[in-house]
Amino acid sequence: MGDIIYGIFADPFVQMWQMPDFLMQVLWEGFVSGILYALIALGFVLIFKASGIFNFAQGIMVVFSGLTLVGLHALGVPAWLALLLTLATMYALAYSVERLILRNLVNQPDIILFMATIGLTNILIGMGQWIFGGETKTMITKELFLPSGSSVWEPGGGLVIFQHIDIAAAVIAAALIVGLAFFFSKTKVGRALRAVADDHQASLSVGISLNHIWVITWFAAGIVALVTGIMWGARSDVSFSLQIIALKALPVLVLGGFTSVPGAIVGGLIIGIGEKVFEIYWGSLFGSGVEGWFAYVIALVFLLYRPQGLFGEKIIERV
Amino acid sequence: MFYREAGQFKATYQEDLQAFPIRQDKIGIGIWLAIAYLYIPFFGIPGLEYGFALNAIMIPVLIFTITTIGLNILVGFTGQISLGTGAFMGVGAYSCYKLTTYFPDVNIILLIFLSGFVSAAVGALFGLPSLRIKGFYLVVTTLAAQFFLEWCFIRIPWLYNFNPSGAIEVPQRELFGVIITGAAAEPVARYLVVLTILIVMTIIAGNIVRGRIGRSWMMIRDMDIAAELIGVRPLRAKLSAFAVSSFFCGVSGALMIFLWLGAAEVESFDVNHSFLYLFMVILGGLGSITGSYMGAAFIWTFPLICKEIGREMFGINAAVMENFSLVAIGVMIVFILIKEPHGLARLWQLVKQNLRIWPFPH
Amino acid sequence: MRRSRGNRVNEHGSGIEGEQVKDTATNYVTEDGRTIGGVIMEMKNITLRFGGVVAIKDASFDIHEGEIRAIIGPNGAGKSSMLNVINGFYHPQEGEVWFRGEKRPSMKPYEIAEQGIARTFQNIALFHGMTTVENVMTGRQLMMKKNFFWQMLRVGPALDEEVKHRRKCEEIIDFLEIQAIRKTPVGSLPYGLQKRVELARALAMEPKLLLLDEPMAGMNVEEKEDMSRFILDVNDQYGTTIALIEHDMSVVMDLADRVVVLDYGKMLADGTPDEVQRNQAVIDAYLGVEH
Repeated sequence: MGDIIYGIFADPFVQMWQMPDFLMQVLWEGFVSGILYALIALGFVLIFKASGIFNFAQGIMVVFSGLTLVGLHALGVPAWLALLLTLATMYALAYSVERLILRNLVNQPDIILFMATIGLTNILIGMGQWIFGGETKTMITKELFLPSGSSVWEPGGGLVIFQHIDIAAAVIAAALIVGLAFFFSKTKVGRALRAVADDHQASLSVGISLNHIWVITWFAAGIVALVTGIMWGARSDVSFSLQIIALKALPVLVLGGFTSVPGAIVGGLIIGIGEKVFEIYWGSLFGSGVEGWFAYVIALVFLLYRPQGLFGEKIIERV
Repeated sequence: MFYREAGQFKATYQEDLQAFPIRQDKIGIGIWLAIAYLYIPFFGIPGLEYGFALNAIMIPVLIFTITTIGLNILVGFTGQISLGTGAFMGVGAYSCYKLTTYFPDVNIILLIFLSGFVSAAVGALFGLPSLRIKGFYLVVTTLAAQFFLEWCFIRIPWLYNFNPSGAIEVPQRELFGVIITGAAAEPVARYLVVLTILIVMTIIAGNIVRGRIGRSWMMIRDMDIAAELIGVRPLRAKLSAFAVSSFFCGVSGALMIFLWLGAAEVESFDVNHSFLYLFMVILGGLGSITGSYMGAAFIWTFPLICKEIGREMFGINAAVMENFSLVAIGVMIVFILIKEPHGLARLWQLVKQNLRIWPFPH
Repeated sequence: MRRSRGNRVNEHGSGIEGEQVKDTATNYVTEDGRTIGGVIMEMKNITLRFGGVVAIKDASFDIHEGEIRAIIGPNGAGKSSMLNVINGFYHPQEGEVWFRGEKRPSMKPYEIAEQGIARTFQNIALFHGMTTVENVMTGRQLMMKKNFFWQMLRVGPALDEEVKHRRKCEEIIDFLEIQAIRKTPVGSLPYGLQKRVELARALAMEPKLLLLDEPMAGMNVEEKEDMSRFILDVNDQYGTTIALIEHDMSVVMDLADRVVVLDYGKMLADGTPDEVQRNQAVIDAYLGVEH
């Protein structure tokens, strides 16, 4: 019994203290996976903000965009062109989704829309496997000018390794977030998106075309999905299992608030770092693999005590 | 001409409250039961090999119908969305396994129902957050249940009797002297047991759903605030929904392992299966027990039919047809949600309505 | 309309024109001879806030058993909030609610229902997945007791209970003349009929106090006359105390025994419809013109 108490309250911190460079490594790894979670969550937030729909298919959009890019390149298309064509594909996808699905489900309750996106997920999985095959593919990192290799830092005799691709991921994610912030606040379309997110009826009354905005929103989510797909694929290959990992974005959104961009980032980092730290330092008490459910349990606790997340809007019920 | 209610009057409320008030419906059910009990055990399904018909089609469809009814109670009748179905089936399966280990002489059917109760308790526990968390946020809690329980199935070796492969193998058990579990069990024996259990559980589900408990579920689904102001206690209603739903899932999980697959690995209870069952509910029709039958049958047999047709008529290989059926099911889900959220069950009702006035157009 | 507003008479028989009596034991008799009982509910100095907005400020009034009490006032006056406080759904930051002689603590909505308070909603809160008769049956929820085992079996005690309550619901359906739509899913019913079904559901609860939130909203003249007749019948036949929010002054004049007037959350007047109509503050704020 004493062992367990020691194991929970003392040992992990002792380990952290004794091997600070290892702690740094763990924190860095957590940080990077947190960034990637945040990127996936960002795609959800974009769509949820503009249309109140939780797009379950965001995960498969990440995979699908990555596969399209790699697939086109495998056909001999140069990287830059493949990138453009993939973007075009994501636009086409956004347009079809708006036309065929969203327009027909306009006044339905959220649950129905959510289930429709689950159906969409199925369609994209089937099509993805059909067109590209089910095997794992390698991301075309070199062709996209993404760095490889690693740098080593040796603080006080310790050893911390930073993969260049991870650093690139963090930088690109930051750039994407800044870009989106600029887009929302300074451009006309961005402002329209914010209006739609705020109040559908009011936006209609000032002449904003909801359908048009939704296509743009889904396209923006598609771009985010593509960036995510590239970065995630660069770190650990493109496969359909990524679609399940994307489910982790849900706890991120619960923590951060479903409608908040900074929330997605903060939530992502908390989940990413928290997961890694918990697994490494406390995982041995439970047996490994706690990463599979840790995020969800945290989300559960949040849902019970602070359902709007850290940055979301409080939900009031009126009769 | 044939499907007329004319002349069928209900003189008492009792008669009006029947599950199948129309005589033609009763005849229809009778025919289905006759086919199920008298035809299929002897002849299987026409055109298919006997063992295949039972093992690969009838038994899994019947088992998944139980699962679908269970999930429908939660999603369709009470409006609480759940992606933890696979894990709750696993709870039933592993409990049954442990129960057969500790009580090798107790009747297996009894143990299967007991494991349903274990699953009901676990389900109620994970249903507690539904009091604070509404609507689609519940997905997160059910996913927490799904992933946590999956982890338990791997990390708690006691559950699989410390078997180094991590899988469980089903011991042989008998009912009335006939072997029904394990490798030596005949398909027809397993089929009849599963069929009977399904019928019994359907009757139970139908009764509960038409009574005050079922009404309280539907009230919560349609407008929970109004329900509460009428006197429904959300705690009781939601937890009972989770408990009953998990009971059905647990029993179907135990049946899946003991009377169908004969063995289990964690993959049998993963989140992909949870989605599969949700599709069965959606396609069949939310809030319909008849729909659960249709949804389970359709989702299970559709990929098989696609592969058969693809192979026989077009020479396309199985993997391609598999993907095609994935896409097709996705499209059907979206289509059903747009056109007819009440699924195949409602489409069937519309057919019956047209039958009422056949051969006239309106 | 067959009723006119009454003069208040205390139990000793002498008239008290326009006076407020807060004594719980006092009954009064209306002009057309109905005896109204003692106080069933009392609101004492209710203040209700939503964040910075004060919805109700220091409101006090009572409701006598068996009477029809109207709450009127301009839009945004706090009428619906008041009804929600009576209902127990909103909890006032200050003040007390007394029900049947006891101070009512902060209660859950289902506890309120158990106390015998039922209501209808301005925006209709029917259960759209069910038919009319099923909706009315939901009102009997608290009175159905047979446990889980009998529910599974259904044949026997559970079915008997179901039939018993079904019979009662059919009586209410007859009373409100909605037999023809018994098996229709409520979502496909026109607005006026939906309101009637909602009333039926509330009546199925056999409430001591019935709260009606704008029962005539959106109705044409015929529908209003029907609904008014039903409300009067409910009060007559079942003796149910009724508190209603209403905009249409002629309806209020004809239906209500006593009226509360709210404006910006404050009480402007409290008395019989005649008294309230002549009250200058009410005319200035709400009525505009002397009728």
